[in-house]
Amino acid sequence: MTAPAPDAATTTVSSGTVGPVVILAGGLSHERDVSVRSGRRVADALREAGVEVQVHDVDADLLRFLRETEPALVWPVLHGASGEDGSLQDVLALVGVPTVGTGPRRSRQAWSKPVAKAELLQGGISTPDYVTLPQALFRDLGAQTILDMIVERLGLPLVVKPVQGGSALGVTRVDEASQFPRAMVDCFSYGDTALIERAVDGIEVAVSVIDGPDGLEALPAVEIVTSGSYDYDARYNPGPVEYFTPARLDAEASARVADVALRAHEILGLKHLSRTDIILDAEGTPHVLEVNVSPGLTETSLLPQAAAAAGYELPTLYRRIVEHALAPTH
Amino acid sequence: MTEQNRLTEQTSGTRLDPWFGAYAERTRGMRASEIRALFSVANRPEVVSLAGGMPFIEGLPLDVIGEAMDRLIRTRGTRALQYGSGQGEESLRERITEVVAMEGVEAHPDDITVTTGSQQALDLVTRIFIDPGDVIVAEAPSYVGALGVFRSYQADVVHVELDADGLVPAALEATLSRLAAEGRRAKMLYTIPNFHNPAGVTMSVERRPQILEICRRHGVLVVEDNPYGLLGFEDDPYPALRSYDADGVIYLGSFSKTFAPGYRVGFVIAPHAVREKLVLASESAILSPSNASQLAVETYLDTCDWRAQIKDYREMYRERRDALVGALAEHIPAASWNVPVGGFFVWVKLPEGLDAKSMLPRAVTERVAYVPGTAFYFDGQGSDHMRLSFCFPTPDRIREGVRRLATVVNAESELVQLFGTTAQPDDDPTDVEIPSPDLA
Repeated sequence: MTAPAPDAATTTVSSGTVGPVVILAGGLSHERDVSVRSGRRVADALREAGVEVQVHDVDADLLRFLRETEPALVWPVLHGASGEDGSLQDVLALVGVPTVGTGPRRSRQAWSKPVAKAELLQGGISTPDYVTLPQALFRDLGAQTILDMIVERLGLPLVVKPVQGGSALGVTRVDEASQFPRAMVDCFSYGDTALIERAVDGIEVAVSVIDGPDGLEALPAVEIVTSGSYDYDARYNPGPVEYFTPARLDAEASARVADVALRAHEILGLKHLSRTDIILDAEGTPHVLEVNVSPGLTETSLLPQAAAAAGYELPTLYRRIVEHALAPTH
Repeated sequence: MTEQNRLTEQTSGTRLDPWFGAYAERTRGMRASEIRALFSVANRPEVVSLAGGMPFIEGLPLDVIGEAMDRLIRTRGTRALQYGSGQGEESLRERITEVVAMEGVEAHPDDITVTTGSQQALDLVTRIFIDPGDVIVAEAPSYVGALGVFRSYQADVVHVELDADGLVPAALEATLSRLAAEGRRAKMLYTIPNFHNPAGVTMSVERRPQILEICRRHGVLVVEDNPYGLLGFEDDPYPALRSYDADGVIYLGSFSKTFAPGYRVGFVIAPHAVREKLVLASESAILSPSNASQLAVETYLDTCDWRAQIKDYREMYRERRDALVGALAEHIPAASWNVPVGGFFVWVKLPEGLDAKSMLPRAVTERVAYVPGTAFYFDGQGSDHMRLSFCFPTPDRIREGVRRLATVVNAESELVQLFGTTAQPDDDPTDVEIPSPDLA
């Protein structure tokens, strides 16, 4: 696949007559480290593509910096709270600077896993059966009774995860009921509401979607094969996980997961880029686990792998995203 | 799994690391962990970090040191910027004998090998004595940086009980006897006698000869790691173990805490034959320690009132220790802790059921950081403890940090009561679960 040649919008980005592209990376979320690494990779790629780039943390100096720099565009490469939950996007909208990525309202909805799951279900996309419960409810009604009811209704194995956040932080697979209380404690250390869903076994794939000048495009699915869980360590330490890109799926299954990712992107109203994590079960039904508003862009992340499999050079791809975000119709 | 959807011709994917199968076994624990990632927030000013062990360099007279360093390069630059000897600059080694004399160590400059921080000394000592599977005995808990070195040389670490007076002689005797009965000889005792990292305790003067006698009888070499020895708050420095037994003790020292870690100057004092091997091992690793750093430290010792600086440090760190233990008593009375008489660290036992590792994300949310106790054990124990350091934040920030920590502890206590969980051993103690050295 050949990326489009730079157009007039690109010239604007790199001409020096307007401000640079500002990459926001870091922040104070649990995923700061991932964000810093993602931001550095995006900045390097854009510089290679001839775009003037500055990288800035999300801190007390940010607004002064934005006022003085007058950037043409801000790309929040942020993971976790404030970066993905729409609040920073709200502030950037107040500043009046165009941004890469989904706007505040839709970010807020997609950031909440149960809200996103409800929207997907309403749109006809399967997602594992689940319950969402705040810590206070366990206190009010009795923890063990609720845990027993959940096991009775959803069965085992289960996956416990915070309703917000990424990188599998606070996520535990529960194979036996005795593991359930510990999983809840670990989850509530990351946030005060837990999403507990039925674990679905099958082929695990991630499909990245980019929103370019030619419309939405699903990149080749990345298949994730790991002997344990695809947890934080597995995600960010090269080696233990084996990735197949494109996934070892026949044409029909590949089309099915691509279609699900595109529809999820549209249903949730996402912009420019997203990544949908999917399990293809024994019957070949795709179940969406999560949709990521701000997918990881580190050296081990899935979107860059998918882009490479599609024949994109990252500098070209990221420049295209920048151009699209700057396009007057946007 | 659905085979009708499966294309099977591709049998191997990518692991994003073409050398994945080629790494040595000793690299097994060298990987990013969720806990280490959480520490990346700790260097932000919004966070009160009680995690790292960075000395308070702002306490140094930087203008005076700056002028001395300027003069050094102008007057001795050709020496400072050249290769040096593998053993280290003789003039610095002479000055080191004066420093260690404060702890009763009678050393000759020939006994001393200068190293790149005492961490390199630890690496060299382990390199020349330890084969894979050899047993090293260490306090429970022990310095995480030492455990990392021991792990990288594939040693087996056996922990021995520690109490308020340091390593327990009876427990050491029992452990060495048990190991001997099992046909496993311990080669080395690794101990931090003064202001222990992380436990904060100090080995009593009465116990010191007892520990040495036990080790001598069992043929165990003692490695005495003493970076904080001059930073006691109350008394004169404690007599070093090496002051009792020059043949059976290897002494590791450092200027990182008493002066500045940026120069990375440490040293090892060892019996003659051991010293010969240490120099050869160091030359094979780094050729020579940095001449510029060595001459900088020497210049500091020659031209600045370093004894007064240490006194200033002691007073400053004591004030911070008081702030920390005072705040703990006020805000987290359900925990228990020691009151260290020097050094940088307080070792806190959490209220029943709390797991320091599991609690860390909540702490980061509340903008406070600590190191979970599991980092200081070779075998995954320590989840009910955390290490709090008082060396870097100001007293007001320390008090604020403990206030935030109390919020975390209270919320976590409610949670563990709700679900009836208890602190769990670390399921993979090889993970790196300590902030990198530049994160306070």
